[in-house]
Amino acid sequence: MGRKLLTEHINVEGIDTFEVYRKHGGYRSVEKALKTMTPDEVVEEVKKSGLRGRGGAGFPTGLKWSFLAKPEGVPRHLVCNADESEPGTFKDRHLMSKLPHLLIEGMITSSYALGANTSYIYIRGELLYVLRILEKAISEAYANGFLGKNILGSGYDLDLHVHPGGGAYICGEETALLESLEGKRGNPRNKPPFPAVQGLYARPTVVNNVESIAAVVPIVNDGGDEYAKLGVGKSTGTKLFSACGHLNKPGIYEIELGVPVEEFIYSDEYCGGIWKGRELKAVVAGGSSVPILPKELILKTAAGENRLMTYESLSDGGFVTGTMLGSGGFIAMDETTCIVRNTWSFSRFYHHESCGQCSPCREGTGWMEKVLHRLEHGHGHMEDIDLLVSVAKQIEGNTICPLGEAAAWPVAAAVRHFRDEFEWHVTHAKEAARPGAVYPSKAVLA
Amino acid sequence: MPLNLTDMESTNAPAKPQFSAAAQDEIKRIITHYPADRKKSALLPVLHIAQAEFGGWVSPEVQTLVAETLDLKPIEVYEVATFYTMFNLKPVGKHVLEICRTGPCMLRGSDELTAHLERLTGAKVGGETSPDGLFTLKEVECLAACGFAPIVQVREKYYEQLDTPENVDAMLTELRNMVHRPILPWEALAQN
Repeated sequence: MGRKLLTEHINVEGIDTFEVYRKHGGYRSVEKALKTMTPDEVVEEVKKSGLRGRGGAGFPTGLKWSFLAKPEGVPRHLVCNADESEPGTFKDRHLMSKLPHLLIEGMITSSYALGANTSYIYIRGELLYVLRILEKAISEAYANGFLGKNILGSGYDLDLHVHPGGGAYICGEETALLESLEGKRGNPRNKPPFPAVQGLYARPTVVNNVESIAAVVPIVNDGGDEYAKLGVGKSTGTKLFSACGHLNKPGIYEIELGVPVEEFIYSDEYCGGIWKGRELKAVVAGGSSVPILPKELILKTAAGENRLMTYESLSDGGFVTGTMLGSGGFIAMDETTCIVRNTWSFSRFYHHESCGQCSPCREGTGWMEKVLHRLEHGHGHMEDIDLLVSVAKQIEGNTICPLGEAAAWPVAAAVRHFRDEFEWHVTHAKEAARPGAVYPSKAVLA
Repeated sequence: MPLNLTDMESTNAPAKPQFSAAAQDEIKRIITHYPADRKKSALLPVLHIAQAEFGGWVSPEVQTLVAETLDLKPIEVYEVATFYTMFNLKPVGKHVLEICRTGPCMLRGSDELTAHLERLTGAKVGGETSPDGLFTLKEVECLAACGFAPIVQVREKYYEQLDTPENVDAMLTELRNMVHRPILPWEALAQN
């Protein structure tokens, strides 16, 4: 098993307490940053590390930090995005509930780098029990002088608060999250202005994912160059993958970026292969919004190279034959999975979660769900298949926030790679509509 | 999500609700997290407190109370309470079972789980509470615990791997035997 930078001590008893966490080297990055580094030096290390946003977009964290406006006399904020809601993704919940102090340590070090004196962790409302864990850990950090006024005698002040959402996927989008933190409906904002200029309370704000902020801890401890030595090319460091679906060992795995997809799925070190001795049919590799790939294309690229767990390798081939690393929500589907049903389920999700601001998304997600529902339930027409692609295309690029794309991509990709199965749902409508119906595959049909 | 006016009608007209002293202290603590002129930021956390305090749902009267508590217009609370799925706008049973129905849970049997729970409790998803008043069933979207699917959330607890009858029975037994909902941190604080 490769090196673990975040989860090395996750199974140590009592690691959720300040005392045990500290004994295992916790809060060293705060000491190092506040006592020996300027804020800009911390930003520089994060830039050198090559860390890319772990929430899904993969934007370089150091670069995002360097965009933060610093007008004189205006407070700035760091907001942690803990609104983990992308179907297939459950790494942040794990990290926060087991290692609350790691996130708090990352928040302190990162807030110092950004010059923020009040920071927030916005956690999805369903995770109120994790909010309790974080609040307890935060009060321990205050009691031990790592939060509050004049931290470690450095003159730096920081208050840290946890804020619950109310149940809305859209609040994972950073401007919707800020609206929600201000006590409003989670409607994404038009950009510009970007949060780096006008974010929370119209003040300059950085919003980062839980895992990104946690990664700042080893980056500051060991230096950005050391971090960048791990991984492959521009996919540096380690990443948490949430593995779910039809796997023998679903769960959360921290891996050094670059492990072959085949090894991740089949090795006993990781997911241990497909359950019930079945064959793999398809994988959604980075959370429900990224394109689904059939077995052949997830294991190897179109050029026949081994597909690796990196940003570049997973997106090799663009959307024609590739996908995206996204949030690392890895959903495996066995040979009995109905792709139409699965796509319908995802469409229902996006329709349910569309905030309703932009017509293409509000109406389009509804139409996709409706058309997929009738295909799955035996009332579809051949034209419906192209209709789906057409609706998906009309949503894409025509909305304020990326929920539109997130809804369109999985539908377009399912039709792209599994058109024959969609057609079978029309030609064999009755058979396909039976509960538990299994598409017999092209080979058998021929 | 359109505002359903019938949802806003109260079934009975109770006396004006009041937060307990413990909840009031908790609300005061939460308000300090935000700038003095940004009290509205406390709206979601306070709605969660209200739902826990007043029987698992937020009636129009309770929403008005929340508005008064945070110096907001009632509409500012209504528009938020109706946007977020966690706030129940109608009376619910003693336990609200929130069953995840999204892809990863569906792959591991959430449809079967839902049907099973309807049979065992006598409640209908999105509809009537069980005749004994104990259970309301609600289908929800991804709860971010896909590796432990299928999942049900009840208040602040996740019940995981509900793909075996034993695990489902254990959950229902625990809930049936629960006299009071689990005590919340600010309530524990007030008791000490």
